[in-house]
Amino acid sequence: MSGATSILIIARLTLSEAFRRRLLWVLVGLTGLIVVLTWWGFGRIAEASPVTGPVQVLGVSQVTVMLAFMFSFVLAMTAVFAGSPAIGADIESGLLLAILARPIRRSDVLLGRWLGLAVVLVGYALAAGYLELGAVVLATGYVPADPATGPVYLAGESLILLTLAIVISTRVAPVAGGAIAVVGYGLAWMAGVMGGVGEAFDNHLLRGVGVVSRLILPSDVLWRGSAGALSPTDTVLTAGGVDANLYRFSPFSGSAPSAAWLAWCLLWVVAMLALGIVLLRRREI
Amino acid sequence: MTVPRGEVFGFLGPNGAGKTTSVKLLLGLSRPSAGEARVLGAEVGDAAARRRIGYLPELFRYQSWMTAREVLALHCDLARIPRPDWQREIREALGLVGLAERADDLVGTFSKGMQQRLGLGVALLGRPELVVLDEPTSALDPVGRQDVRGIIGALRDRGATVFLNSHLLTEVERVCDRVAIVDRGRVVAQHRMSDLLRESGVRIRAAGLGGQDVEAANRHGLARLDGEWLEVDGIAEAAVPELVRELVARGRAIHAVVPSRQTLEERFLSLLGTGDASVGEDASPAVTKGLER
Repeated sequence: MSGATSILIIARLTLSEAFRRRLLWVLVGLTGLIVVLTWWGFGRIAEASPVTGPVQVLGVSQVTVMLAFMFSFVLAMTAVFAGSPAIGADIESGLLLAILARPIRRSDVLLGRWLGLAVVLVGYALAAGYLELGAVVLATGYVPADPATGPVYLAGESLILLTLAIVISTRVAPVAGGAIAVVGYGLAWMAGVMGGVGEAFDNHLLRGVGVVSRLILPSDVLWRGSAGALSPTDTVLTAGGVDANLYRFSPFSGSAPSAAWLAWCLLWVVAMLALGIVLLRRREI
Repeated sequence: MTVPRGEVFGFLGPNGAGKTTSVKLLLGLSRPSAGEARVLGAEVGDAAARRRIGYLPELFRYQSWMTAREVLALHCDLARIPRPDWQREIREALGLVGLAERADDLVGTFSKGMQQRLGLGVALLGRPELVVLDEPTSALDPVGRQDVRGIIGALRDRGATVFLNSHLLTEVERVCDRVAIVDRGRVVAQHRMSDLLRESGVRIRAAGLGGQDVEAANRHGLARLDGEWLEVDGIAEAAVPELVRELVARGRAIHAVVPSRQTLEERFLSLLGTGDASVGEDASPAVTKGLER
């Protein structure tokens, strides 16, 4: 059996499971509710203080980025809780025994599980992100600096965490693996904040902490990209009397990642999946 | 150890002997630390060979959120059975394992026995040349066990090899052509079932038996008197009519002559105790194994 066919079979199985176990429906339902509520909330903000001047724009932008942070958290948790049992739980339950006795490689199972969950997460991140941005624009008229790429970075961040969770799940039980991934996500975000402080105050040690943590787990690279994309343009910031360069270092703002960082994110995912395959190959089934 | 093609092969051993580990090694699910094995003429784990193998794991579990039909369709896909054949394959498997009426029910609603039936159906998809059944009746009621015996018989009739891993010795005794007994990771014996369970004695019920009768019987084997029964172990089959004639000539009224033999359980226990070893020798084996973990 060709590897691609096997991967697609497992990815399709994973997608079916997400549908049948109502993961997608829960996400879609709750997101619909959140979109309606935030549309209503942003509308009240606009009523109280029409978003015309730079200060109001700045205020709405910060609420928008906070909203994105909430989505980032929801996506991260969904990635972790969907990814953590993806391999280990199937081994422990015996589900994988019957599958791996077929002409299918362990790597196909891991990549298929990753692909299926990645489709769920990316689809959800893009759909929810653009819906939410649409609600903000409709309710307030606020258009962020780069609305098109904001949700794309969020989707990328969820893929980083999904990859981490799946790789851990090849060796660690689901609950423990999920806890490790959540702690990793939190630490990476916090280290990113410290790195931002280091950048703002030109502190080499703190800047180094940020760089090293992003090399180890680059989820914060993409979160900061998303936060930057959803922030106001430099023109608006400057008009509001804000130092745009300094503002980009705050925990709830950022700037588009460099091509090198984006390449690192891609390389990191590939390397981690390769590690996961090696770990799974060596695991007793 | 060699498993000849087209036979039902019982792989027996006490708990922890290495039966399931051996099965996993043969299917490429575990990695050997030493040794080598071939399955259907190919290296262990060979993808093309695995396409010709059906497997029911001891620890069986199938996607609880799928229906039985969907689980079978998934395995048709995994086994690369041509799509036009799926419907027929699934229908036949469901019929064979008695799940036709529950085909569209969720596996999560199945009892353990029904899940084991489903697992058997999964193992039978694609007319495999080798079917590996690891404790296939552990969750089944007597009716289910009888069904499995029928399925194993049908597999043998169509030339498939069945590798049956079980500790239910009465089941093995009924269906297997050959058995190997494994203990602490080593094969301690491998025999044809007919050789293993060769009749080993006779019991004769007669009125008025006494010491002279026991002496006469002792010339043919090891005799002892148990009430109205004269039990003779180790007597040759051809000597039984002669012994009966001698008893009749001595005026004994014979009511019954019953061949006696050791059960598989008795042989199993005695072999584990003595470590008797002999190895089969067939030209075209389904499985040859000499792996260690």
